[in-house]
Amino acid sequence: MVLVYAESPNGQFKKAAFEAVAYGHLTALALGTSCVALVLGDTADAGQLGLYGASTVYQVQNDHFSDFDSQVYTAVIASAAQKLGAQVVVVSHTSTGKSLLGRLAVKLHAGSVAGAKAVPDTANGFVVEKGVFSGKATAQYAIQSAVKVVSVMGNSIPIKADGHIASVQSLDVAVPPSRVKVLERKTVSGGKAPLPEAELVVSAGRGLKGPENWGIVEELADALGATTACSRPVADIGWRPHHEHVGQTGVAIRPNLYIAAGISGAIQHLAGVNSSKVIVVINKDPEAPFFKAADYGVVGDAFEVLPRLAEAVKRFKNS
Amino acid sequence: MKRLVCISKTPDTTAPISFSSDGTTFNSAGVQYILNPYDEWYALVRAVELKEKQGGTVTVLHVGLAENDQIIRKALAIGGDDAIRVNADPKSAFFTAKQIAEVAQSGGYEVVFCGKETIDYNASEVGAMVAECLEVPFISYATHMEVNGQTATITRDVEGGSEVVEVVAPFVVSAAKGMAEQRIPNMRGIMMAKNKPLKVVEPITVENPVSVVQYSLPPAKQGVKMVSPEDMDELVRLLHEEAKVI
Repeated sequence: MVLVYAESPNGQFKKAAFEAVAYGHLTALALGTSCVALVLGDTADAGQLGLYGASTVYQVQNDHFSDFDSQVYTAVIASAAQKLGAQVVVVSHTSTGKSLLGRLAVKLHAGSVAGAKAVPDTANGFVVEKGVFSGKATAQYAIQSAVKVVSVMGNSIPIKADGHIASVQSLDVAVPPSRVKVLERKTVSGGKAPLPEAELVVSAGRGLKGPENWGIVEELADALGATTACSRPVADIGWRPHHEHVGQTGVAIRPNLYIAAGISGAIQHLAGVNSSKVIVVINKDPEAPFFKAADYGVVGDAFEVLPRLAEAVKRFKNS
Repeated sequence: MKRLVCISKTPDTTAPISFSSDGTTFNSAGVQYILNPYDEWYALVRAVELKEKQGGTVTVLHVGLAENDQIIRKALAIGGDDAIRVNADPKSAFFTAKQIAEVAQSGGYEVVFCGKETIDYNASEVGAMVAECLEVPFISYATHMEVNGQTATITRDVEGGSEVVEVVAPFVVSAAKGMAEQRIPNMRGIMMAKNKPLKVVEPITVENPVSVVQYSLPPAKQGVKMVSPEDMDELVRLLHEEAKVI
């Protein structure tokens, strides 16, 4: 059996949970077994995970799941996996999933692969593909242990809600007390998709000359429904908040579309964005190194090109 | 407080990435190795800052062969008091984590610091594994950390925001951007580092449950398609019809 832990922060599933279930479903098909999902705490419409391939959804109820503690979550997921006899455990490669994966591997005496990009090849063992060297290469990992745990990289598994609503059964598993106390929560995304999950990202760098000029970046992002990002220098000098910094030492992203304006494309920046499916570079310097990594390039002044592109996107959306 | 900072070596960001012709091993010829930036800039520097403010010790731990001693010396130059090297070439996160947990347990360390991930294998697994081996809390993606006695108050990144949490030692923390600022070792630090103790210990036996069977490089980009800055309707058309991303 394949067991998928489906994250439900604040009682809601996000795309990462559906992707993990879709991955678990495809893995189960390859192994000729079934895929079930596990939900911790109160979650609206847990049965909808069936649409993505879960045959049953197991739910563990406890008041303490609202404060995330990787030790507690690991104990519960591992107990559920043992109780249900899971041979593969799947989590999302989110900040939550990443802090669970290694713990689950130890607890279940399982081999693990973090950030899988493709469904395992089971023709000859259990081989999982993931990106390495900050997106500059790909590696195939063979997991030899009997139990396996895998975290699924966001935006790498297509999801289709073409299954059926699954039955939700409560599962009785002991929940140990937490040793982590959450004092405060802050939300920063302002309604937009957080960068690691965003499908469309509009980013700008020092070429924008000052924080007061970011209106044209936001206008394009709003027209597209995209999340905004920035280069490291821009975050370091305080023009934009640090959580918008994409690159080697900031956030690594893999959207479908990455539009970069006024960013030259240093290798440290590319390391965080080179997994984007399509890259558009707007720069007035035709020699900017970023053009070498781009799919589409526009040599021009960002102050003219960005508003023009925003208008073109609006015309397209209205047509 | 006894602090243990785990450091890893990684190829420099600008290093050329290539593999043997059968794709089974990484070509390290001509590759410059560095201290993993997350371990150095954020985990190590914050541990040293806390030591400078509150006393206690900072021990640097590396799992690797003697050729990596210069990376350990750099960490000592930044402010570590002493170092331990587990004498083995690690082949998996699990192997590394088991060695770290062994050292942390036998040495009675109260806080284990690591970077949020290495920039080569990008797995973020080691910290979580160490925490589970030690059966202690793991606070990941820490961007700020204060310690009062045995209690730490840590800001961590979570999906779509951040959380402030409180945790009592012992625990494992993984450091992300914001935790500290990069420190360039000064001449005095570099000189002192030469005489700081570096203990070499042999690894415990651990079986690797995973192994890399094949590396590959992504297909080269087709080449950039240039669009006139005057014609953004054309760019939108290409993104819609050709790239199919909007």
